[in-house]
Amino acid sequence: MITDIEVPEPLSPLPGTNIDTDQGLLQWISSVDHKQLGIMYLLMALFYLLVGGAMALLMRIQLMVPENHFLGAIAYNQLFTMHGTTMIFFVLTPAILGFSVYLTPLMIGANEMAFPRLNAFGLWISFFGGIVLYFSYLAGGAPDTGWFNYAPLNQAQFSKTPGVDYYCIGLLLTGIGTVATAANLIVTVITLRAEGMKYKYLPVFVWMVFINSFLILAAFPSLNAALVMLLIDRQLDGHFFNVNTGGSALLWQHLFWLFGHPEVYIVILPPFGILSEVIQVYSRKPIFGYPFVVGSGIAISLLAFGVWIHHMFATGMGNTVNSFFAASSMLIGIPTGVKIFNWLGTMYGGSIRFTTSMLFATAFLVEFTIGGLSGVSFAIVPIDWQLTDTYYVVAHLHYVFLGGSLFGLFAGLFYWFPKMTGRMIDERLGKWFFWLFVLGFNLTFFVQHILGAIGMPRRVHTYPDLPGFEPLNMISSIGALLMGLSMMPFLYLMYTAFKGGKRAPDNPWDGYTLEWLATSPPQLKSFSNIPPIMSFRPLHDLNHPEIGDHKTTEDDKYGTKDDDVVSGRD
Amino acid sequence: MITLLAFPSIFSSASREADAIQRLTIYFVVVALAILLVVVGLLIYIVIRFRAKPGDDRQPRQFTGNKTVESIMIGVPTLLVIIFFVLSAKAMKAILPPPNGHQPDIVIRGHQFWWEAEYPGTKALVANEIHLPVGRPLLLHIEAKDVIHDWWVPELGTKMDAVPGRTNHLWLNIEKPGIYEGACSEFCGAQHAWMRIWVIAQPEAEYRQWLADYQRPAVTPTTESALTGAKFFNRHACVNCHRIQGTAANGQGGPDLTHFASRKTMLSGMMPNTRENLRKWLDNPQHVKPGALMPRFVFPKDSINVLVDYLSTLK
Repeated sequence: MITDIEVPEPLSPLPGTNIDTDQGLLQWISSVDHKQLGIMYLLMALFYLLVGGAMALLMRIQLMVPENHFLGAIAYNQLFTMHGTTMIFFVLTPAILGFSVYLTPLMIGANEMAFPRLNAFGLWISFFGGIVLYFSYLAGGAPDTGWFNYAPLNQAQFSKTPGVDYYCIGLLLTGIGTVATAANLIVTVITLRAEGMKYKYLPVFVWMVFINSFLILAAFPSLNAALVMLLIDRQLDGHFFNVNTGGSALLWQHLFWLFGHPEVYIVILPPFGILSEVIQVYSRKPIFGYPFVVGSGIAISLLAFGVWIHHMFATGMGNTVNSFFAASSMLIGIPTGVKIFNWLGTMYGGSIRFTTSMLFATAFLVEFTIGGLSGVSFAIVPIDWQLTDTYYVVAHLHYVFLGGSLFGLFAGLFYWFPKMTGRMIDERLGKWFFWLFVLGFNLTFFVQHILGAIGMPRRVHTYPDLPGFEPLNMISSIGALLMGLSMMPFLYLMYTAFKGGKRAPDNPWDGYTLEWLATSPPQLKSFSNIPPIMSFRPLHDLNHPEIGDHKTTEDDKYGTKDDDVVSGRD
Repeated sequence: MITLLAFPSIFSSASREADAIQRLTIYFVVVALAILLVVVGLLIYIVIRFRAKPGDDRQPRQFTGNKTVESIMIGVPTLLVIIFFVLSAKAMKAILPPPNGHQPDIVIRGHQFWWEAEYPGTKALVANEIHLPVGRPLLLHIEAKDVIHDWWVPELGTKMDAVPGRTNHLWLNIEKPGIYEGACSEFCGAQHAWMRIWVIAQPEAEYRQWLADYQRPAVTPTTESALTGAKFFNRHACVNCHRIQGTAANGQGGPDLTHFASRKTMLSGMMPNTRENLRKWLDNPQHVKPGALMPRFVFPKDSINVLVDYLSTLK
């Protein structure tokens, strides 16, 4: 019955991979191996996470007490701009791409990406984009107009340092890399799936990456165009966004959010995929409602392009336009919200193991629900009229980006760490990190909902001594310091695991998807043979033949039996 | 929630518009908390009930879906979305009816980094501390001189962007007299944090009295020192940006100073309007409010003193 399928090797030998086999620095730099590139993406994200986190700590110290002079307006404005830009473009985006290029070929039973050299190009041009952005600090001042960089404040007459020019060039380079990698992922999924891996058997993570890549292809060009237009305005006296010479101040916002809102989903869809894999495996059950999880991902990606004006409800668009975008923004809450219940359904009736990874996945469910619900309040236009551009938004977006995306990425990191490095982590230390981080996170951002409601605008370097402002900001800053502190056990954990962690077996969690078939860490050629694929859990079918998914009856599928647990393999 | 109600916040509304938003916000908060409670409750139940016991490696029953649960999962949120969409559309129509050819009662302009209010049909040009009448619908025009700013006073409701090259409309029915504090909430440059708003809402009669008083030209200084200050002001660059009614000073760029001394705060709510603060500001504006558009002139000490004497007389 079970016959293995042979996986073809890449057609031509890859340059770089035969320089040396001891994985020296030169070998890494010249590599086109998707696994090494994936790890380099993740290291880049980790590096910028520490940089962006340090910036956040400086900002929170400045905001601890009213009328503080710790940083001053100019340094603070540069910091919040660089913090936002860094976290979006150099932490979350590279991290999702890192997981995508590392795992996609492995999970579909392929030995490489479709275009290995393009893969390396994508990484390195993103890397240089980051260097260009940070070079602005040496070239006369970092950008200080916010990551959203609204016109006409971004024009040469208002923003006199070259910071915004570096912002344009840096993000343009990164954007090119991101688009290249997205195209690469799409072709990989379409052409390199192992024999028998139908679309309906793709792991949920691969589905999310696949959908996400189309989202990137459609969204990033809008940003790249806007960046070029802005460069023309600043360097060649163009008139796109300059009101005094006939330009439009709102055109920038339209182009920016036409990219910017889908970007929010770009950095959450792959974590949705990660979460789906993690929760399945640690609950010992298949994902609840696979077609719906995939379908809602597609729905989100389509709706993502019809909601950008909810960032502009206060710009005076008028009730007709606002109503249309209110409706589309609320609609997107349905597929997003329902996913939470899919994951709860997956855990229900399971046999849940709480590793560090699963703890992050569980916390994600709570934090992302909070972030999602507060997100709906911006779709309700009149509530948005009160709350947009306040600290309530800061709270909301951190619950989504940090409590959502980053928690998902941490769940993925701890889940695939043994596969990537061949080492197990110290779970006890991992749990310390988890609890400190979660506590710090909620302390920091929960109170910011209240700060917004009592009138604190966002992006302010200081605030007057009004009732409630000081204690709430103090709590928020203490939380941020706690989160900063939690990075100590995290970094120590990574270091000790690399240096002397226990050797990881090939499939330490009894995982369901094909990457667990490869050695830990995988060899240059990941697979020679893979088992036949008859469901979205090929390894589960292989390891538990008596209850393999292809044997499941309708009763089993829809959970109509009463008993929760049946005995499995003896 | 209790403490929140005690502070000036979006939950202590003072206008008809803010009332409507507050109602909608409360409905939303209740529903959102209920959903959160359901999710967290379910999660806690599942985490406790289905936690693997140590050493137990049995496989739980494998099921991949449940049609009833899935329909409820989609149905309930869809219903909630429809309800909130209708409520929200109703509130929007009530809060921002089209202006239909109405002339504005007040024009509010955002500048880097201060607010200007013009009262059409009068000579009053007010900076930062804006007086508004209570008990009648007002149509505000919101405009911007340089970059995008955003008018927001939480207790009065709707915020509205001031976008250069556009005129935005904002209806406002203030219900209770009082002093309401707000802030510019669209990032507008270095001193965005210090672009606070003070609205002084007054009963109609009191407001009319204020408006009549405010249009009087500036008082002529009587002391010698203040007179010297006035001369200094009129001979130097001050007049290029500032206006003082009844004098030759007619600048357009900076705040009107006709009744400067009657304001409680200076620099858009940054500090109390005292002689000491004024002296510091005139000595080195870029030290007090870095990035503000007033340059440092390096006035001699005695010139600063006479300027302070002069400006302090402008009640």
